[in-house]
Amino acid sequence: MFDLTGKNALITGASGGIGGAIAKALHGAGATVGLSGTREAPLQELAAELGERAFVLPCNLSDPEAVAALPKQAADAMGSVDILVNNAGITRDNLFMRMSDEEWQSVIDVNLTANFKLCKGVLRGMMKARWGRIINVSSIVGATGNPGQGNYAAAKAGLVGMTKSLAYEVASRGITANAVAPGFIETAMTDKLNDEQKSGIMGQIPAGRMGTADEIAAAVLYLSSPEAGYVTGATLHVNGGMAML
Amino acid sequence: MSDIPDRVRKIVVEHLGVEEDKVTESASFIDDLGADSLDTVELVMAFEEEFGIEIPDDAAETIQTFGDAVKFIKEAS
Repeated sequence: MFDLTGKNALITGASGGIGGAIAKALHGAGATVGLSGTREAPLQELAAELGERAFVLPCNLSDPEAVAALPKQAADAMGSVDILVNNAGITRDNLFMRMSDEEWQSVIDVNLTANFKLCKGVLRGMMKARWGRIINVSSIVGATGNPGQGNYAAAKAGLVGMTKSLAYEVASRGITANAVAPGFIETAMTDKLNDEQKSGIMGQIPAGRMGTADEIAAAVLYLSSPEAGYVTGATLHVNGGMAML
Repeated sequence: MSDIPDRVRKIVVEHLGVEEDKVTESASFIDDLGADSLDTVELVMAFEEEFGIEIPDDAAETIQTFGDAVKFIKEAS
């Protein structure tokens, strides 16, 4: 349904479950994809699986210089960056009373500040092209909060406010900026939960199951498409009804 | 060097869609030529590309009029 032929997409966190699914979805719709992530091996694996139109662009988002260089590397590799998917994220969970400054700062740096810099870095090309799609992957906890995740929730809520502000500024130039807020999704991140935690979560999800990475990728694909040109500043919640926002 | 004002004027006319004779020395991009703040950012981007120079953000903020732009570019190139 959605055709991204000729569009170049940079996806961060493509070595993870959700990022990999996003890359596959955009690639499947015809886009050329730049796969970014900290670990190069899974990126190479994914690129090999995708075949043509896939570039590996390793980047550690906690390294400010690497972040600053990534938009240009992506544009050099693909020719432009028409779609930016800020998907990468880390967690450093701890109770508020115990959370160290370092735990706070590292999550803000990677999950919020790096996204700001990547958005800024791709805007010039999008402004000139009068077309662009920015999708920031937030989280349900950015809206609801979550015990033990003060840092993560702050960064994810911050992304939403940042995305809306950016959407205002660039709407007249054919650029949209939106957020996707996953609920509980089957990934390595949620695998770490124990059975008790999982069943507790299940009880709060009207759909009665966790979501899949493909269901997040589908939301990102829609927001990347030409058809979504009139949707900007929105947060698309994909959470099985866990929070109806 | 001497064609700088003409090249700058051409960019301004094209980008803002204004008449050439409106682009006077003291014409303010925002107050006189109808630019919004994002237009001024784009103008600076266009100047950078046309003249192969880099205009840092703090300098860009001082470029308010056509005359400011010509003066800055003459000094920078």
